Amino acid sequence: MTALIGVGVGLGVASGPVARMADPLPAPADETSTRTAEEERQRAHEALEAVARELERRGEHAGGTAQEVLEAQAMMAEDPSLAEEIDGRIAAGKTAERAVHDAFAAFQETLTAMGGYLGERAADLGDVAQRVLARLTGVAAPGVPDPGHPFVLVARDLSPADTALLDLDQVLAVVTSEGGPTSHTAILAREKSIVAVVGAAQAGELADGQTVIVDAAAGAVTADPTPEQLAEAAERAQRRRAAASAPLAPGALKDGTTVPLLANLGKPDGAAAARALGAEGVGLFRTEFLFLNSAQAPSVAEQQTAYETLLSGFAGCKVVVRVLDAGADKPLAFLTDDTEENPALGLRGIRVLRAREQVLRDQLTALAQADAATTARGEGADLWVMAPMVATVEETTYFTALARELGIRTVGVMVEVPACALLADRILSVADFASIGTNDLTQYTLAADRLLGSVASFQDPWHPAVLRLVQEVGAAGRDSGKPVGICGEAAADPLLAVVLVGLGATSLSMAPSALADVRASLAAHDTDDARRIAAAALAADDAVSARAAARAAASPTATV
Amino acid sequence: MTQATRTVRIGSAHGLHARPAKLFAQAAKEAGIPVTIAKAGAAPVNAASILGVISLGIDQGDEVALEASGEGAQDVVDALAELLLTDHDAE
Repeated sequence: MTALIGVGVGLGVASGPVARMADPLPAPADETSTRTAEEERQRAHEALEAVARELERRGEHAGGTAQEVLEAQAMMAEDPSLAEEIDGRIAAGKTAERAVHDAFAAFQETLTAMGGYLGERAADLGDVAQRVLARLTGVAAPGVPDPGHPFVLVARDLSPADTALLDLDQVLAVVTSEGGPTSHTAILAREKSIVAVVGAAQAGELADGQTVIVDAAAGAVTADPTPEQLAEAAERAQRRRAAASAPLAPGALKDGTTVPLLANLGKPDGAAAARALGAEGVGLFRTEFLFLNSAQAPSVAEQQTAYETLLSGFAGCKVVVRVLDAGADKPLAFLTDDTEENPALGLRGIRVLRAREQVLRDQLTALAQADAATTARGEGADLWVMAPMVATVEETTYFTALARELGIRTVGVMVEVPACALLADRILSVADFASIGTNDLTQYTLAADRLLGSVASFQDPWHPAVLRLVQEVGAAGRDSGKPVGICGEAAADPLLAVVLVGLGATSLSMAPSALADVRASLAAHDTDDARRIAAAALAADDAVSARAAARAAASPTATV
Repeated sequence: MTQATRTVRIGSAHGLHARPAKLFAQAAKEAGIPVTIAKAGAAPVNAASILGVISLGIDQGDEVALEASGEGAQDVVDALAELLLTDHDAE
């Protein structure tokens, strides 16, 4: 059998027997019950109670945070408001199955509509609904299988609830048929360093117990491999473990050219963990966490406290903070207009901050004060501040002037819009630095919504059109002597990281778990290699061939 | 029948989400008498309903009104208020 092709996450390789996750149950038919309402009510309540007990048992077994999640799920199953909704539907003639399905769906909808954290709880609730329906219809509950031995998990995609409960001692690798490089599965795999290939459309054909090799570096899954292939995979996995335990060193190419490796963070308390993995600073600090779940912007004092924690956690290091990036996939009740038909092209990022300038002024003031306070205590960091979604030179001028007026010393912009990349030379004559957000840059270059599954195949930063825009920015950086960072998912791909450096990136920022692979990959190539590999990728027609061309051009020793 | 009400400000750093919501709904259920919780200006929900409590979207610093009716209502309201004042996320 030929290999199945998908998108690999990281550079790992693993092999083992397949265990498939069952597909979600279909919605039960909306038919009139042939039982009495009392019989249906008893069936529903028996199933809800049984599921609650089962979740509690699993919780006791799991312990820790997982137990908290499972106990909360058990309470959801026996929730009195939910029971009322179910009983009401049964009284109106629905079957227990349909009543359970509809009542859960109504609550899920409420939670999803509230977004953010509560949206995630909707997934927990959906998981409970599936278990209750499975119980009522007498089938096995869908979910992560437990074959009793380590396995390669094959699924359509994983929900946050599934991923929270993955037993990492049992899961050798993950293969999904849906989902792209920014799906929950990919993000989890990157965070936990799980070998994964996502979006392998033919993964549905893999059978339980079938042996596969999951090769994230190649983005391929080989079914029924030969003993030689298995031995080679085992040897590569061993080499990779050795690289991961290599001593932490600053990021650099083989010839000594330094490429600082920085962390993408979303909360100030991630500092210690990021530094333990060798982060030399922060290349993207997302500030949305301060604003989510708020009816209004947090005060200057509240923000300052959070920024001080961040800066002192990285005392003496570079810390790049992105001001609030609201809109599109990150709507905020008090700032963004949710009636826009096309929010990715709407009032978002710097555009919405400009429309509500006081929010921006407060944030910049809080950052400048946190910088001054931590510096005065001798625990200051090198604070850089950048604006998201900048499209024009004029926006760059506006933001840099305002930030400097409010006391920020190093001011830059994120390059996510092709217009900004194409005029990078003029942008960099105003800003102190540029940082390329490859996720949005890819979405805008290929005109494909990054959250839409049907166009997920376009969301690939290896596309030569995206690389050419990176090259524009890199060249502008070199000419002006100003730094050009990368802070999208692309920087976490070890081979693409080399390409990006070849195109002129001077620092790379990523999820801290990706640092070891990227560090090893950079150390295996010198500047000429990086330029040669980048040129090979740039010359390709599409993302798949760019990746293949880069791999062919890379030295064989680089395959960690 | 005894009735008791009390208004409190939420102490948990992450509001009444996840763990605090679970602890609160559990305690309300164990109280054995009807208890409601309401955010200012909104309709009260059954305090024993974790889904009801979560979907109020209560954040740190929000004011909520508790109301209980039945045997020992005052004690129940006081005990639940104590839970809401605690910052569980700081534990």
